[in-house]
Amino acid sequence: MADSDAASVVQPRMRRRSASPAWLLLQRMVQRRLVVLSLIVLFVVAFCAIAGPWIAPYAPQRMDIAHRLAPPSAAHWFGSDDFGRDVLTRCIYGARLSLTVGLMVVLVSLVCGTILGVVAGYVRRLDGLLMRVTDALMAFPDILLAIALMASLGASVYDVVIALGTVYTPRVARVARGGTLVLRELQFIEATEALGASDQRVMLVHLLPNLVSPLLVQGTFIFAAAILTEAALSFLGAGVPPTNPTWGNMIASAQQYMQQAAWLILAPGFCILLTVLSLQMVGDGLRDALDPRLRRLT
Amino acid sequence: MTNYVLRRIAGMVVVMFIVTTIVFLISHIIPGDPAAVMLGPSATADDVAALRARLGLDAPLPLQYLDFLRSVAALRLGDSIFLNRSVTQALMERAPLTIQLTLMAAGLATLLGVPIGVLSAVKRGSTIDQVVTAFSMAAASLPSFWIGLTLIEYLAVRWHILPVAGFGPPDADRLERLRYLVLPAIAVGVPNSALIIRFTRTSMLDVLHEDYVRTARAKGLHPATVIIKHAFRNARTQVLTVIGLTVAGLIGGAIVTETVFALPGVGNLVVSAVLRRDYPVIQGALLVISGVYVLINLGIDLLYAVLDPRVRY
Repeated sequence: MADSDAASVVQPRMRRRSASPAWLLLQRMVQRRLVVLSLIVLFVVAFCAIAGPWIAPYAPQRMDIAHRLAPPSAAHWFGSDDFGRDVLTRCIYGARLSLTVGLMVVLVSLVCGTILGVVAGYVRRLDGLLMRVTDALMAFPDILLAIALMASLGASVYDVVIALGTVYTPRVARVARGGTLVLRELQFIEATEALGASDQRVMLVHLLPNLVSPLLVQGTFIFAAAILTEAALSFLGAGVPPTNPTWGNMIASAQQYMQQAAWLILAPGFCILLTVLSLQMVGDGLRDALDPRLRRLT
Repeated sequence: MTNYVLRRIAGMVVVMFIVTTIVFLISHIIPGDPAAVMLGPSATADDVAALRARLGLDAPLPLQYLDFLRSVAALRLGDSIFLNRSVTQALMERAPLTIQLTLMAAGLATLLGVPIGVLSAVKRGSTIDQVVTAFSMAAASLPSFWIGLTLIEYLAVRWHILPVAGFGPPDADRLERLRYLVLPAIAVGVPNSALIIRFTRTSMLDVLHEDYVRTARAKGLHPATVIIKHAFRNARTQVLTVIGLTVAGLIGGAIVTETVFALPGVGNLVVSAVLRRDYPVIQGALLVISGVYVLINLGIDLLYAVLDPRVRY
């Protein structure tokens, strides 16, 4: 009797927990095998990036001229480069940089873009000006604006983050504004305003939580785009100083040895492909899971 | 309609004014002295002072800004510091190559993207659809410079099908030059076709659900007629939008790809200007490229009315 009582108490609680939005979201995403696979890949890449110094087989700058341009082997899984440095080690250190830059760009652009977008969408008199500024920023191709900013800023990781953050903030602002324009017409916002809530309160407490899902999706896509643009910056020599291994500058310096040592360009290329592809898959998965209407179409 | 066009042109002027301000800010947020940065560590104080005077950097910032606005409005972009010619001249010399490359890449991305997108939507859920989806995901996840280098390695170096890099000997004719642009156009076009494929597929799927498509099928029309005449005609405006969106990506791709293939275009000019801190060239290129982008998007907005008579202004 006591057991069945306990069960009847536990059951509704479990049902309540399984109905929480985050849990439902996870359930829907896990239904898609590719999304799960992508999450695993991202987890592995993130683990390599965090544990880099402990799991990398060599030091990133350790040269071994006797074994320069060595093909992949048991000692050097991804081969070695023109200075005899281990390519796997440098790919792992490249992951540290790419993921750090990507994550920081997402944070910067989400914070700035959300503030701009929500204010533009909610405070009518600022809308015109703020949206023309985002239009103007989006009139530059990503990479062009990024290298022009790098020419003025410097060459540290923070400069790359500021440059790419500026490039991607308008995209977040568009999404946040679009969402705000829809939400502000709904009755619960009207009710809050009628109760005398201040503009700040409406934006922070009522609008922001309802924008979390589209912003989360956009954040994932910006993560992917930022990794690609950072790689292009490094490739062009306008990114972080070339002493730090990045996927982009590894490909740039591999150019002249392409014929003798294809692995030099393949290894960092596959790192970029795997990471960016997984991020896009997770972004798609999130979007589909959050928006049942879109799922019908894909 | 005239009213709408005028309104759009006014909006464009406002955006270009803000673009000009952003360009001014970018070259004036440099910590320290841009003249010293440009001349490098070996410059003497006199050299720096002379360059400051030449660039007008000793005037107060608001005055410099007004001056900048005035010269941009008069389409004067100043002189390059390293190239010994005006920025306009440098851009004009390099523009034809970049325009050709971008057009070829745009053509390729559209010719690849639209039919594949339509096919993928029509055969939704089939193996073809899955292969197409996988391809478009992968193509959007690879940097264009990586694709370019791989193409050089296989199609040019190993199999000698196409030239490796450069733009041919000085006396090369037009056709010969085009051959040099094929690989770069693939490298720029393929990643950008991914977005077109996905958008075409989604908008076709939207339209294929409509009642009038079912009616057309029920009337016994040929499936191809239904798809082309009834469904695609209505997805066209959305496809046009995404082609407009890829313009920025195409120009960006061209900038990076010109470096890979050692092509003397605007992209190459910009990258070397950035590495040498040749600010007048950077400013000029930013203004011209964003101006072109804004104009193309205006053109696309106006094309809607031609393609879709339901559009009202």
